[in-house]
Amino acid sequence: MGFKQVKSILPPQTHYFSGSDAVVEGAIASGCRYFAGYPLTPATDIAEGFSARAKDVGAVFIQMEDEIASICSIIGASWAGAKVMTATSGPGFSLMQEAIGYAAVTETPIVIALIQRPGPSTGQGTTFASADIMQCKWGSQGDYQVIALCPWSVQEMYDQTINAFNLAEQYRVPVILLSEAAISRLEERVEIKEEIRIFDRAKATGVAALGLPPDNQVQPMPIFGKGHQTKVTGSLRAYSWGLTSDKAVQEMVVSRLHHKIMDNRDEIIEYDSYYREGAEVVVIAYGFTARSSLLAVKALRQDGKKVGMLRLKTIWPFPDRVVAKVGSEVKKLFIPEMNMGQVAGEVMKYTCSKVISYSQTNGDSIQPDTIINELRRLL
Amino acid sequence: MAKDLAQYFRPEYRSTPQSPLCAGCGHGIVLGLILRAIDELKINMDDMLFVNGIGCCMWVPTPQFAADVLQTLHGRALAFATGAKLFNPKLKILSFLGDGDLGDIGGNHLIHAARRNMDFTIILGNNMVYGLTGGQVANTTPEGALTATTPLGNPYRPFDMCKLVEAAGATYVARYSILQPFLLIKSIKKALQTPGFAFIEAMSMCPTQFGRRNRLDTPVELLKFLKDKCITKKQAEGLSPEELKDKIITGELKNGGS
Ligand SMILES: Cc1ncc(C[n+]2csc(CCOP(=O)(O)OP(=O)(O)O)c2C)c(N)n1
Ligand code: SF4
Ligand SMILES: [Mg+2]
Repeated sequence: MGFKQVKSILPPQTHYFSGSDAVVEGAIASGCRYFAGYPLTPATDIAEGFSARAKDVGAVFIQMEDEIASICSIIGASWAGAKVMTATSGPGFSLMQEAIGYAAVTETPIVIALIQRPGPSTGQGTTFASADIMQCKWGSQGDYQVIALCPWSVQEMYDQTINAFNLAEQYRVPVILLSEAAISRLEERVEIKEEIRIFDRAKATGVAALGLPPDNQVQPMPIFGKGHQTKVTGSLRAYSWGLTSDKAVQEMVVSRLHHKIMDNRDEIIEYDSYYREGAEVVVIAYGFTARSSLLAVKALRQDGKKVGMLRLKTIWPFPDRVVAKVGSEVKKLFIPEMNMGQVAGEVMKYTCSKVISYSQTNGDSIQPDTIINELRRLL
Repeated sequence: MAKDLAQYFRPEYRSTPQSPLCAGCGHGIVLGLILRAIDELKINMDDMLFVNGIGCCMWVPTPQFAADVLQTLHGRALAFATGAKLFNPKLKILSFLGDGDLGDIGGNHLIHAARRNMDFTIILGNNMVYGLTGGQVANTTPEGALTATTPLGNPYRPFDMCKLVEAAGATYVARYSILQPFLLIKSIKKALQTPGFAFIEAMSMCPTQFGRRNRLDTPVELLKFLKDKCITKKQAEGLSPEELKDKIITGELKNGGS
């Protein structure tokens, strides 16, 4: 229970991995021992990778009959005590939405690698997009919170997968590793350290009480087969049928799911700043686009331009406080995205500064030159 | 009799039975039969995992059974159960699921759980209708029956889920009506002792939503209806296809490897 240091299974050295391999290795290092999935480009690489590694570590891998079955089966395995994962892309993620809400309300630790592809619908499997930012947060019905992380390198695919498992276990919440084929299929060096910091969920003891915990703290989790008489349900009427009023349960659940994450968001949220001193225009970027953006910002700084950058490593909960602070310091915020301005819209909620959204939805990654040209017009 | 089974309920639900099931609901009878089978086999409830879906069937284990209960999404119970079982094969999984839940929205998961021969005991509570949502047509509704969404009578044939799971690879398949309680207990015991996919169709009844629309308002009338409709394998022998048309054959339909 809690954080502990464990020895890396992989030899501590520099490895050369694809982003997908790094996710698989990060999952295994975190102690993920159950993976269920259904093939969908570009996320299939992760399922294939895990299936190849499963026997080395005694993990279960199963290809289910669809994405709904995949996510439902990982939720079942999580309650049986496993650290669990699935991987998919937009069309499969859409199918998973009902169960994501179920995992949120039942406070089940699960990790989903979402390797985005252009939509809507089947869209295109082999080009780039980052247009599932909102679906990630608002795809299932009702008010609930998830955590979503946005790696920008293969190293971060490894590190953030470990972080995703830690957060899922610590907060008992679905965590989405929100990535793109531009990174999952990129091959880069990855430094594997000798020890890894991992979090194991707090385990309950004795017979589990019916109904809801009294406060918004994360509760120790009972697991099946240990005599806890665990009751897991997404039906709020069934929480303590006949014992508490339905209205009180409804209100408490919604508020609990919100506060459990939002009250701890300063602990959860990560970001990086670059060249922010004296900047008049700041680029806010995430994922692959942050790589192009940093090249652009560096080039313009060398040219004496007052431009800086904020990289969002956590997308949900949204880094509202740092965005508000940066917004209050600069004249303009420039937000390049492979979607129609999903994060730009979110940024506008927290700042009165001028927000310039740049959208590219042709399936290509946004090139540094494009960003340089756009920024020159703003400076 | 009820007293003998008190230990299978959480203390909160022992003294004041407050089941949301309607009076005369067939699912309540199945509840008693499941617990009697467990009792006779002396299975420790700590080893049991009840995985249910959404439908009136869910109120059988949720939340009162003194065991682990995973109440899942409508149709998805067997996918959840697959994850729990594969990670911890020691869990003894029993699911009591509705005809809509298993045969409509969850049909694909049913086929694949049977194909994988997952070590589950599945009891289908077939009341020929969607009870919980107010009496709409199900895949199991008899042809011509009136439901909330077939005001002119169901135009389609009812589905035989026993044949489906048998073809998909189930190890044990049986069907009994709630008028055959002792055979059902025996069958549930067999299913619980069968390694692999064991499937029992329990012909149940819904007076509130099915009965009242089909001139079978009281539980007694529905029981008579079931008695007339469900015949044993033996009784079926020698009947013409015409005579068998509206009948449902009960008994053990498959027992053991193929
Ligand atoms: C995704 C989804 N669609 C629809 C429903 C509404 N719904 C709940 S139970 C049910 C059918 C119930 O019928 P059955 O499975 O036969 O169970 P019974 O109530 O008859 O026992 C439906 C359609 C739901 N809960 N979830
Ligand atoms: S509606 Fe029908 S199935 Fe549901 S509890 Fe009432 S009688 Fe039983
Ligand atoms: Mg039904």
